[in-house]
Amino acid sequence: MAVDTLTVNGAVGVDHDHRESYLTTGHGILSWLFTLDHKRIGVMYLVAILTSFFLGGVFALLVRTELLTPGQTIMTADAYNKMFTLHGAVMIFLFIIPGIPAALGNFVLPLMLGAKDVALPRLNLTSFWFWMIGAVFSLVSIIVGAVDTGWTFYTPYSTTTSTAVISMTLGVFILGFSSIFTGLNFIVTIHKMRPEGMTWFKMPLFLWGLYSTAIIQVLATPVLGITLLLLIAERALGVGIFDPTLGGDPVLYQHFFWFYSHPAVYIMILPAMGIMSELMSVFSHKHIFGYRFIAWSSIAIAIFSFLVWGHHMFTSGQSGLTNMIFSALTFSVAIPSAVKVFNWLATMYKGSIELAAPMLYALSFLFLFAIGGLTGLFLGALSTDVHLHDTYFVVAHFHYVMFGGTVIAFLGGLHYWWPKMFGRMYSERWAQLAALLVFVGFNLTFFTQFVMGSHGMPRRYYNYLEEFTRFHQASTVGSYVLGLGFFIMAGYLIHSLFRGERASANPWGAATLEWETSSPPPANNFDRELIAGDPYDLESLRYEPAIKGWVRKDPTSIVAAEGGAT
Amino acid sequence: MAEHSEGGVHVASLKLLVVVLIALMFGTWLTVSATYVDLGALNIWIGLAIATGKAALVGLYYMHLRWDKPFNAFVFLTAFVLLGLFVGITMMDSAHYQHVIIPDWPNK
Amino acid sequence: MAGHSHDAHHDPDLAHHFESADQQFQSAKLGMWIFLATEILFFGGLFVAYSVYRSNHPEIFIYGHHFLDKGLGALNTVVLIFSSFTIAWAVRAAQLRQIKLLKLLLVATIACAFVFLGVKYVEYSTKWKHGLLWASKYDPHVEDHGEAPHGGEDEAHGAAEMSAETAPSEGNGGAAAATTAAGSAGTEAGAEIDSGTQETPGTPETSPAGEERSNIPVAAEGPGGLAADDGTADHDEVGDEPRKAQIFFSIYFLMTGLHGIHVIGGIVAMLWLLRCAFRGDFDGGHFTRVDMVALYWHVVDLIWIYLFLLLYLIH
Repeated sequence: MAVDTLTVNGAVGVDHDHRESYLTTGHGILSWLFTLDHKRIGVMYLVAILTSFFLGGVFALLVRTELLTPGQTIMTADAYNKMFTLHGAVMIFLFIIPGIPAALGNFVLPLMLGAKDVALPRLNLTSFWFWMIGAVFSLVSIIVGAVDTGWTFYTPYSTTTSTAVISMTLGVFILGFSSIFTGLNFIVTIHKMRPEGMTWFKMPLFLWGLYSTAIIQVLATPVLGITLLLLIAERALGVGIFDPTLGGDPVLYQHFFWFYSHPAVYIMILPAMGIMSELMSVFSHKHIFGYRFIAWSSIAIAIFSFLVWGHHMFTSGQSGLTNMIFSALTFSVAIPSAVKVFNWLATMYKGSIELAAPMLYALSFLFLFAIGGLTGLFLGALSTDVHLHDTYFVVAHFHYVMFGGTVIAFLGGLHYWWPKMFGRMYSERWAQLAALLVFVGFNLTFFTQFVMGSHGMPRRYYNYLEEFTRFHQASTVGSYVLGLGFFIMAGYLIHSLFRGERASANPWGAATLEWETSSPPPANNFDRELIAGDPYDLESLRYEPAIKGWVRKDPTSIVAAEGGAT
Repeated sequence: MAEHSEGGVHVASLKLLVVVLIALMFGTWLTVSATYVDLGALNIWIGLAIATGKAALVGLYYMHLRWDKPFNAFVFLTAFVLLGLFVGITMMDSAHYQHVIIPDWPNK
Repeated sequence: MAGHSHDAHHDPDLAHHFESADQQFQSAKLGMWIFLATEILFFGGLFVAYSVYRSNHPEIFIYGHHFLDKGLGALNTVVLIFSSFTIAWAVRAAQLRQIKLLKLLLVATIACAFVFLGVKYVEYSTKWKHGLLWASKYDPHVEDHGEAPHGGEDEAHGAAEMSAETAPSEGNGGAAAATTAAGSAGTEAGAEIDSGTQETPGTPETSPAGEERSNIPVAAEGPGGLAADDGTADHDEVGDEPRKAQIFFSIYFLMTGLHGIHVIGGIVAMLWLLRCAFRGDFDGGHFTRVDMVALYWHVVDLIWIYLFLLLYLIH
């Protein structure tokens, strides 16, 4: 495991100079598992979620391979049901929900605030342990027979199937606490630990993204908790809340489930949008356009996210009035997202665009997220949703927003903050190749699914009509290209840990505070107290070729005066 | 009445704590008594109003919200607002299709 | 970070990443309030289920609440309110470094919590004895065919009455008894449980009183163990058991059960506080921990206030 390798050889980033950083202070696995350092917790989370992404990806490739031909290709129908369920459950609960906040946010947030740690470091570690425990339960479920209900666990099937529902839902329940604690920590940190000069509207937009995400994490996840608890109680004790034979109501389950799960998708996208704001500005070498609009739109999305859950239930038996209300609200939630997209485009306008790997991902995001978002409108309209619900159109839509949106932005952020986290630069050439493969592979995989879906191909189906064969085969080929892209990515990233060129403190020319410390940072983050300036004042920096990095034109501008304690 | 701890944090006076206790006990007695008076559909709302009054007393005085930063209260209240939304829409929706399941609903 | 008063950083209770004790205290407080908001939403789900079922089937709740003892419920309410008082006072004691008083009040609060649990145990065991459990285990005891249960106001006396009286002997009771053993295997409970349906397949269901209750046809073949209705249900006006009566008890046990788990959690937290108090952790006036646990405990009390109203005091 990468974590062990980091410590065994005296840590990455340390060569014969024995350079000290957070990676080298403290040795051995226990110094990591019991750390209170947000940077180490972030790195452990990164390893954890990337592993989950790999596992979820394997399930995806198995699903796509099965779908190469109608009827059985490599597995039985029952096995297939388990494969797509596990793909969904692992990707959503183990990878994408914790994803950006846990792996990148934990590392970057305190640094962006010029702080030494998050407000509640022990809670942070607890959050990580909960993730591990939740992952164990999920793995147990997979091993003892897995689940075949779909990641949505709809009743009444989920209460009656003989598969390992309880262990999986227990795992997800525990993972929910991990998410809540992370969100709680971020809210408190942002409220209480901003440095002098950093008012709310002087915060980097990534923090607005994390903050609005945290609001949702904290308010929505408990409802998932009670939903899963009720599901477990139904299976184990037969309490009957969702079971019609016991006097229950299965549609109630869907209200419960989607009250969380819709806001959950905004947990996925808001941090990604936060990353986008950073990347767009830095790699256009231009101040972000429309800061306040972007900031407020994050909050607006968080609030609106709670008002549209019924759009997952248009064909469930939900009443007509409710359908109409949710449809109307769904259209409105697109507006703040669009506001962001326009502001990013305006940021690029007349900027000095640098097509480094992070920017390639940011540009991909614009294209892919736009498609994903627009196709959401088809699904939000009642008349068209009736035909598109439960078809591949839906599958394509959410992959465009979750993968084409969140994962792409996550990859952009990973490549952006990689030098800061590990003190190494990766190979730009290979990174560009991987980005291209991911982009091409992704579109081949999922665009075909829009077409299939609109022609009536249902989702989660094991078998299909002959007319869909070539679409499925194209989609599967696309997934293999995607896989190749990620394989190459893993290769050059891991290689960079050992052989990558050493990174300067600020290789990209960004003005946020995490770049004011070394790459990688020392254990206590900063060696001096900082005050915050404009996080997008890129003009205040100049490139210094000798160190292959950027420096402040006036280094004293962001340092607190000596003896000036707050 | 307003004492402060060494850190400058407000300390509730014992007298206040006792007064609130008495008010809460009275509220409980009131709630139970109200169930013996038939006011039809109003009963549940009266009960909820008294319960909310008790909750307000506990929140403001026992939980210190009266002297705390307002944001803390805002956070707590937001949860209730969201809950209200959840209950409201779900009840509304469920009411709309009950007649499909029970023919003479809401008449029993 | 440079530029701070050295005093602050020699305070062992101030974590290294905070600039001041106040920042640390306010952070903990905000964090706890956010956590309490999550608890409200967590329990809130159950209140949603309650609201939906009660608004759609008020008769279930009117019937079911007779089996709850208002007196015991009120006693528990009083006990929890008093415990809120003691723990609020405990926070004050910690703030004023009245350590002996603090310990006493913590013990008092814990004692109240145990009283609460004790009363709950009495209530639960009474219900267990009479088969008034959640849906799949709902089996109001049939001792003598043909009599409806008397809605016992006082469960202590009701215990004696229940053994003399019986539940209506529709297919419900008898069949449930037969299938409970089979059904409690756990995961497939839902599929095997008697839904309270009677009569021949395909006809609309009727309640014991004979009115048409639903136009959903009965399952063509019930799970094994179903006894056919033998029409011996008694039509006592007061005690007519409505269809789906078991839902009331499902909701009752879910809500009070989850609440009870939180009471236990509170006891654990308070025992920890007691240990801290004996170790001298509060001698220096650092009362944050007490304050945090107290906030949690007050929410436990708050939730009970609503539970008592909504489950026990139905008119």
